[in-house]
Order: sequence, then structure tokens, then C-alpha cells
Amino acid sequence: MRLVVAEDLALLREGLIRIFQANGFEVVAAVDNGPSLLRALTTHRPDVAIVDVRLPPTFTDEGLRAAITARERLPGLPVVVLSQYVEQLYARELLSDRAGAVGYLLKDRVMAVDRFVANVREVAAGSTIMDPEVVSALLTHRGADPHLLALTPREREVLSLMAEGRSNAAIATRMFVTEKTVSKHSYNIFTKLNLEPSEDDNRRILAVLAYLEG
Amino acid sequence: MTDPSATRLPSSPATGSPAPRHGPARHEAPRHDPAHRSGPALRMSLLGGSLVLLLASAAGAALATLWITSLSVAAIGVGIPLTLLATVLIRWFADLHRQWAADRLGEPVARPYLPPPDAGWPARLWTIARDPASWRDWAWLLANSVTMWFTYGLSLLLFLSGVFYLIYPLLYRLTPPQVFRTPLGNGFRLESVQESFALVPLGPVFLLLWYVTAVRLANLNARVIRSLLGPTEQARLRSRVRELADSRAETVDAKASELRRIERDLHDGAQARLVSLGMSLGLAEQLLPNDPRAVQRLLAEARESTADALTELRDLVRGIHPPVLADRGLDGALKALALVNPIPTTVVTHLPGRLPAPVESAAYFAVAEALSNAIKHAGPQHIRIEAEFTPHPAREAGELTMRVYDDGHGGATMDADTPTPATTPTGTGLRGIARRLAAFDGTLTVDSPPGGPTEIRMSLPCALS
Repeated sequence: MRLVVAEDLALLREGLIRIFQANGFEVVAAVDNGPSLLRALTTHRPDVAIVDVRLPPTFTDEGLRAAITARERLPGLPVVVLSQYVEQLYARELLSDRAGAVGYLLKDRVMAVDRFVANVREVAAGSTIMDPEVVSALLTHRGADPHLLALTPREREVLSLMAEGRSNAAIATRMFVTEKTVSKHSYNIFTKLNLEPSEDDNRRILAVLAYLEG
Repeated sequence: MTDPSATRLPSSPATGSPAPRHGPARHEAPRHDPAHRSGPALRMSLLGGSLVLLLASAAGAALATLWITSLSVAAIGVGIPLTLLATVLIRWFADLHRQWAADRLGEPVARPYLPPPDAGWPARLWTIARDPASWRDWAWLLANSVTMWFTYGLSLLLFLSGVFYLIYPLLYRLTPPQVFRTPLGNGFRLESVQESFALVPLGPVFLLLWYVTAVRLANLNARVIRSLLGPTEQARLRSRVRELADSRAETVDAKASELRRIERDLHDGAQARLVSLGMSLGLAEQLLPNDPRAVQRLLAEARESTADALTELRDLVRGIHPPVLADRGLDGALKALALVNPIPTTVVTHLPGRLPAPVESAAYFAVAEALSNAIKHAGPQHIRIEAEFTPHPAREAGELTMRVYDDGHGGATMDADTPTPATTPTGTGLRGIARRLAAFDGTLTVDSPPGGPTEIRMSLPCALS
């Protein structure tokens, strides 16, 4: 799997490269600023890119902007954005093109190496992965929504795991239930939220996120 | 997120008290004439006022005499209470005139007096005697007894002359043959009522003169009042310096306690966790040859410590300067703030670009504080945040206005029942916001009738970067 890494702190950049190489990725480019990232993404067209939000020269949301611009030129280019902070605003911007294949995670998540690498592979495969913090904030934001209040605690749990971008199989493992149970829960959730049920994991995730943002 | 279909809460004029100002420059907003009288109505009201003011100017001369006399005999016991009484009278009298001038000029005339000391009569007397404003009051009383006649007196005279000539034939008819026969001196004698009609055209001429000059003369008088009763440039600067010194002291205090809080949080939080992380790693290093199980556990612990330290650092940094504010400026930061708010919140901004960082930061924290205040106390269903930059036509600057509306149950006040202890980093609540805005010459007004809705209006002068 070909990978581009964009991170301005050398220590973290080397750490990321080490982790990915140890897990069988090929790092085709490692850059430390926004313009180089945009160039690297459009020339190498990697299978997935790992992008730090804050990059030189502006030290603002340079990385995020570069990723969004690259995805405008190459729709659906898989990008995992890492940040010291999750902002709902940035999550919304990443999701707005509805193409999927985006991840938005706290940098802390890198420490759980196995999960993190799995997440990167899922994004490369076209999934949408949102940090649990984004999801819980979305749920809080919609706290008074009558449709959400109608959900049972188990359904809520399934909903947040789904919004984080996990597949039915992963949710089943996580909740110690069968995949069939998860399907049943998700069918109920979609009915209660007046959403179009879908078999495709990623389309479902996007539908849920769109609903929570509404 | 901007929702154009959002219901606009009725914006009522802010009737709250202005931000607390220190020193004597405290004043009420000018009361404008109701319904903005103009033309004849305005002039008639000035005419009515002139009668009062002219009588008052004569009374003022008497007051001036009373004051200077009582002050001269202040050495004798009875002079002291007499002077104090006269001073109270004069200041009340001057206040009435300040109000009058303010209504005429459309802007307040500030009271320039030194604050009275909390001490005995002699000390108060001494303050009054050495306050230049007291002497200027006295000078004004004397000047006023003259200028009033040249302004309002002249105006009244013109009006009365006009009326007098208009009804001259009537006067001629009703009076005995000795009076009103030589209106223009002895060289010109009127022999009959018909002849006296020749004077009637003078009436409109005088009335026209009166009509044209009435407002100008009144304004001239108001300017005289302002120049003697308003604060001198020196007094204005002195009170401004006092204001600045106060707000600087508050800012320095707030910053210092903020730094103390950050230091404490770092010390007890992230630093302590990093120490424990080092310990776990040291132990793991030691155990590696003989107990790989335990090492695995220690490493997992170490990773958790790191995650916790990061969480704490993150919260700390957000409190210092939210990253989204650094990235996107006030506009993006307010939108991000609304997104994570549990109450439905609409944000409307009209900002032409990035504002200076200190202004952005002050504005952001002021809005955030007002927002959490509303959620904590008002129980609103919906909140609306507006931020607007109004450029100043004359200078390379402008004013940033922020409004936070909520449809909660109102009753918000600026009065801090309990003074904020010095240990709290920055005063919370509306008074705390007002204090922090004052450091930037900003203001905060509250309009919150019981039953709501509430509008908190904040403004900050600033320049675009």
C-alpha cells in the first residue's frame, strides 16, 4: 500500500513512518508543509495519505485545506487527517463532498497502533472513520432530538459505533453480539430516524453522519 | 452555521447601564426631545425655556454671591455648613443646566467634580475649595447672568418686539393718549390709529428675525455652558488616565492569575502524568529480561498515561487560545462554538477579514462567556450570535459589535452580588466580561427584562489587520 505522510514535527514524522513501514506500507513521500503536500498528493496519487491539520507555512489549517483541495481534483482520494484537536467544523468540511474515504482522528489514536493501522486500511478501502470525540459531540449537539430520544441504549451504542465508521462485523465484535443482532439494531435505527436503509457500510455511515450534523 | 430562515429575535434598544466606568466621567445618556420637535414647536419650547432660564440666571448670580461669601467666612464655624449647602445647591443648579445643554447639543455634558473624600466636613470643604470645577461653576454663574441675556434674552426680546408691533394699533386704541404715541423717538408722532398701522409690518420682520436666530442663540448658550460646566481637557485626560490605570491593573491581575492557573494545571496534570510514564517505562526496562507479561502491562499503562496527559494539555490549550480561532479567526471560531453548543445556536457574522489577534481573542472569550452564561441561567430554547465589524469612515479602524440573544427567561443583570475574589483568573459572569472588555476600551450592555428575551451587546474598538 502506497502512502504519503505530511507532518511538520520531525519526531512525529519519523515515528509515523516507522509505524507504517513496520506494518508493511510503502511510504512514497514524507512532506512537512502544505504546498509540498498538495504536490505530493497530485503527483503520487497514493492509496492513502496521513495529513496533520496544522502545517507550515501558515501554521493554521494548511494540511486540511491541502487535503480538501487535492480531493476536489482527485475525488475520493483517501485521506486520514490527524489533529491535536477535533473540531466539528473541520469534520463537516471533510465530509461535505460525500465521497467517503476520509478519516478524522486525534493524534492520540496513533498510540493504539493496531487500531490505527486498521483504520488507515479501512479509509484506503473507501470507508469513513470519525473520531469517537466527533461522534459524541454530534450526539450531544442533537441531544434534544425526539428521534434520537426514541432510541434504546443499545441502539444508541450501535449508532455511535456506526458513526465512528465501523462495519457491522466490527460492531458485533465490539458489543459481543452476533452480526445479525447488529443488523437488526441498525434496521431499527434507520427506521426511527426516517433514513433510507442501505447494505453498503460506507453509505450507511455517511447517512448517519449527515443526519447527526443536520 | 448560518440559517437564513432563523427567526430574528426582536432587537430592542439596549437600555442597560453602560459598562462601569471609573472616575467622575459617569453620565446618563442625553434625553432627546420626545418626537424630535422641529421648526415652530421647537422654537416655542425654547421661548418657554428662556423665561425659566432668564429667571434662573438672575437666581444664579445670587447663588454665586452666597457661595463666595460663605466660603470667605468658612473660617468661622457657620461658614462650613453654609458653604457645603451652597455647593450642593450650585451643583444641582449646574446639573440642570448641563442637562439642558446636553438636550440642545445632543451629547452629554459630563460632570467634572472631584469625588468627595470619605472624611469629616473640613476635608470635604477643602476638596470643594481646591476643586477647579467648583471655581468654574462659580465663574459660570457670573458669566451666565450676562450671557443668558445676550442669548435667550435677545431671543425673547425679538419675539416680544414682533408681537408688540403686530398689535400696535390695538395698544394705541386701548391706552391713554400719553403712551405709545412716539414708538420711534420724539421725531415721529402718531396722530391716529390709522397711522399706527404703518408699524404693523415691523412685527413680521422681528418675528422672522426671532425665528431665524432662536435655535442658533440657544445652541450658542449651550456651548457656553458646556465650555464652563463640562470637564476641561486636563480633567478629561486625568479621568481617562485613572480609567486606564484601573483597567490596566485589572488586566495585569487577570493575566497573572491566569498564568498561575496554567502553571498549576501543568504541574499537577500533564507533568505529573509524564513523571509516572517515565516511572512505568523505567520499571519495564528493569523487568524486561525476566517478566515480559508485566512489561506488557506496564507499557499499556504508560500508553494510557500519555493519552491522559494529552487530554489535559488539550483542554488547557483550548482555554488559552482555541486552535480554531488561530486557524480561522473569529468567524470560524464562533461557528465552531455554535456547533458544539447543546442549545440550537445561529451565528451571523459580517466580518471583512482577520482582526488583530488580541481583539479576536477578547471577542471570542467574551461571546463564549456570554453564551455559557445564557445556557447556565436563562434556560433558552434558541440562541443567536451576531458579530459585525463597522468600519470607521474617518480612520483606519472601526468597531466590532457582538450580540448574544437568547429567548430564555431574562432578568440578567450586571450587578455582581458577590465581588469576584482575586483568586479567580478572570471574573466570570457579565461583570467579568465587561471588565475584560474594558481593557480594550470595549463596553457591554445588558437588556434583559424579566421573562426575557435577553440581549447582551458587546463592542470593541479595533483596527483591521
